[in-house]
Amino acid sequence: MTDVMRESLSNIGYIASGVLFILSLAGLSKQESARRGNALGIAGMLIALLATAMRPDFSGYGLLMAALVPGAIIGGILARRVQMTSMPQLVAILHSFVGAAAVLVGLATYLGQSKPMSAAEHNIHLGEIFIGICIGAVTFTGSVIAFAKLQGTMSGKPLILPARHLINLMMLIITVGIGVWFFRSSEGGANGLWPLIFAIVITGILGAHSVMAIGGADMPVVVSMLNSYSGWAAAAAGFMLENDLLIITGALVGSSGAILSLIMCRGMNRSLVSVILGGFGTAEGTASTATAAQGEVRSIDVAGAADQLRQAKNVVIVPGYGLAVAQAQHALSDVVRSLQSRGVIVRFAIHPVAGRLPGHMNVLLAEADIPYDIVLEMEEINEDMPETDLVLVIGANDIVNPSAYEDPNSPIAGMPVIEVWKAGTVIVMKRGMASGYAGIDNPLFFRPNTLLLFGDAKKTVEGLRNALSQ
Amino acid sequence: MRIAIPKEIHQGEKRVAATPQTVLRLCKMGFEVAVQAGAGLNTDLTDSAYQEAGATIVEDVKSLWSSAGVVLKVRPPQTGGIGTLGVDETELFAPGSLLISFVWPTQNRDLLEKLAAKRITALAMDCVPRITRAQKMDALSAMANIAGYRSVIEAAQHFPRFFTGQMTAAGKIDPAKVLVIGAGVAGLAAIGAARALGAIVRAFDPRAATRDQVKSMGAEYLELNVQEEAEGKGGYAKEMSDSFLKAEMALFAAQAMEVDVIITTALIPGKPAPKLITAGMVESMKPGSVIVDLAAEQGGNCAMTRPGEVVSHKGVTIVGYTDLPSRVASLSSQLYGATVAALLEEVWKDNAISIDEKDPVVRGAMVTHDGRITWPPPPLPIPTPVAPPEPGVAANTTKADLSAQIGNGAAPASASSLWIWILLSVLLCLGIARIAPPSFLSHFTVFVLACFVGWQVIWNVKPALHTPLMSVTNAISGIILIGGMLQVSGPPTSAAAILGAIAVLIATINVAGGFLVTQRMLAMFRRNA
Repeated sequence: MTDVMRESLSNIGYIASGVLFILSLAGLSKQESARRGNALGIAGMLIALLATAMRPDFSGYGLLMAALVPGAIIGGILARRVQMTSMPQLVAILHSFVGAAAVLVGLATYLGQSKPMSAAEHNIHLGEIFIGICIGAVTFTGSVIAFAKLQGTMSGKPLILPARHLINLMMLIITVGIGVWFFRSSEGGANGLWPLIFAIVITGILGAHSVMAIGGADMPVVVSMLNSYSGWAAAAAGFMLENDLLIITGALVGSSGAILSLIMCRGMNRSLVSVILGGFGTAEGTASTATAAQGEVRSIDVAGAADQLRQAKNVVIVPGYGLAVAQAQHALSDVVRSLQSRGVIVRFAIHPVAGRLPGHMNVLLAEADIPYDIVLEMEEINEDMPETDLVLVIGANDIVNPSAYEDPNSPIAGMPVIEVWKAGTVIVMKRGMASGYAGIDNPLFFRPNTLLLFGDAKKTVEGLRNALSQ
Repeated sequence: MRIAIPKEIHQGEKRVAATPQTVLRLCKMGFEVAVQAGAGLNTDLTDSAYQEAGATIVEDVKSLWSSAGVVLKVRPPQTGGIGTLGVDETELFAPGSLLISFVWPTQNRDLLEKLAAKRITALAMDCVPRITRAQKMDALSAMANIAGYRSVIEAAQHFPRFFTGQMTAAGKIDPAKVLVIGAGVAGLAAIGAARALGAIVRAFDPRAATRDQVKSMGAEYLELNVQEEAEGKGGYAKEMSDSFLKAEMALFAAQAMEVDVIITTALIPGKPAPKLITAGMVESMKPGSVIVDLAAEQGGNCAMTRPGEVVSHKGVTIVGYTDLPSRVASLSSQLYGATVAALLEEVWKDNAISIDEKDPVVRGAMVTHDGRITWPPPPLPIPTPVAPPEPGVAANTTKADLSAQIGNGAAPASASSLWIWILLSVLLCLGIARIAPPSFLSHFTVFVLACFVGWQVIWNVKPALHTPLMSVTNAISGIILIGGMLQVSGPPTSAAAILGAIAVLIATINVAGGFLVTQRMLAMFRRNA
């Protein structure tokens, strides 16, 4: 094969793999086609690998295999071992890999030989390298911090330094200054390594600091945002290498992450900016004391709750992250089956920000063998609430808080919530009378149709299972 | 004390004020019940059925009335000597006795005077105030419900087509379109019956509170663009302003050309029924169309209505029956009898009639007492019985209010910021076009297009699949390994090659890990078997 033919074939391979990636994401639009979507993505990736390997200027097969094989093995082990509750951590650490790879590719591009180019092209090339490295570094350190927070090795509480916005701004300005330095020192040849390393350090600190300032329950937004960054980092790498496939893929991933962040923010009725700036529930938290919910709380025991479940015709279960923390989803699955066998209609209502990752609850329920067609989104099920006999709230608090609609002073005012209070009876499983993440009281607990079922979620759900199987 | 249940003598009236069921209830209360022979024959209630329930059958009308302390009737006592009696029914009362029946005091001023002259205490079923406690005595609603149902049956009887749509071997049958004007008890019952027959139903009512009720019955609620609150005292409609009426008439004119059946139920208390369907509108309807005018007794909502009759005008049938409940006589008698018995319970204390003028229900219904005309009663602060907004509705409004408050600052800003963004993007593109070499521009094109494709595709992803989406995008963002690959071709010991190799290594972890974990997750999703 001639070099020209190889080059053309390789480019066609890139087009094919770009199309396959788009089809792969399109396939994820529904459960029925999702598996095929994933397979298409794998095919796209293999084609991209082959297409690159057959380029006329490629020769480092030995080094490639030395990197590819262990990488694939490590990835495979990670994927096999990970607990579904730990998915957010896995996703976060994988983002950090993309960020790190973007930094390395940027450095390698700078140090490696480049084809001759005009002055304008050279300047743009330098700019691409610099921007790519900065995005990569932010993604890398941000994701590492997010991983540490999700894993619990670092406190989930937001780190609020005084004048943190000023610090971030200073770091941005310094980065721009370093950029100027980098351009100056690259005029004669590749002498800009030091400015690049400085830029990596500064933007790395910037990424870490900005994620540290964001609280634990905002993690879905952070992880989606880092998802987006990792895409932009790949796209920037595509620009510096003049590789359209990288650009396309990076743009796809970047917009995907951006959309997910947007959806999460809407789910919490917060602007993206306010999440990025961090510090939720610290400044605004004072307003809630004015309307502290008070009143009589009625409680129920496991036997009573099982009785209520047995008598209901139409049950909706609202799971929150507490369900995953307590590892109660498998026992819950048995409860669902037992109720279904009695002819009770059981459905799940999932709030967009339930869990620590977009769609996390759905995965956890699927793992517990709960069929996905009884798992509904908040919008789908809210209108059915008045016809629902019984709602079972497990490990959720803020996402069922009526003050989001009723109390304009509440920190969560305007946040869409699951309107459980409209149902006939609401049973809320709780450890104790602590407030939710947002640190506000929940008037739901004092409603006349609300019954509280105190205790550890796992033990309680298992108790329900045993009571129902009799 | 003796209760008399006379046979109704009004032309065509088939109902009776008590059924064997209610006779049983009255006997339990301690009354002695006398039923006129043949009183229930029109509704298939035989004398022996009444006897079994504990009533005595009386042949002689005059002794029936004169021996009773309480007379229960459906229609107001008839005057003008109709029937075989030759005398007014008011003449038959024993002086000082209690009458419970419909009275319609606005239209029957003379009757009130005659009753007062005989010192009759008359409780008018049509004057029972619409308050929560009096719901079980609400004969008007009970009758309106029946009239609404029956109006649809009458319409179907005169309508020369199906109500329901069907696909048959001989062709497609379109469903009938039914317009119901007025969504009170009768209107809602008509909506329900028409829906049950398979028609497409639309409804209009100026009272905004009825919107949800209309929708809950499965009809489409027609809106006007004029803002006016139409709810008057006691949940009835009030008269509306000119601009509102104009908009309303325009709506009816447009609907008349489209629908096959119109059922009108618009009434304003104490006033003649509003004329809503003009002769022109009737003529604009398709031939074979039917109008059922439930307001016929009060003059009719349709200009062409003749009360009590069915007329045909240019191919359109206009049903003006005033006796719709009587056409469902068995059920009407049963429900009416129950409301009458409930009202009687209100004044029956310790085996004697005791009229408590402080009781708002009794005072409201009482039109004559002790020789006086006591109608109209002093006004009561009557709460609206038309669904005080349900908690859900309230929550929704608060939600809307909240979002309005929240949106107040944001909405105009976002509109203007959109323009700023567009302007900035245009400037940016122009700037790039000026300084950037062509090679960069082609990549930039690809980048922008890919962003748009991604934006379009990702919005279609179900929220339930967001976690798999993240892990897949994670895997494919490992495409950056290509960037590493492009660098490993140099001398294996060069810095670029080593950095490239490390990039390939970690990007591969991403690719393999991302795809495999996605596969693992997706394998767990299963449908309900």
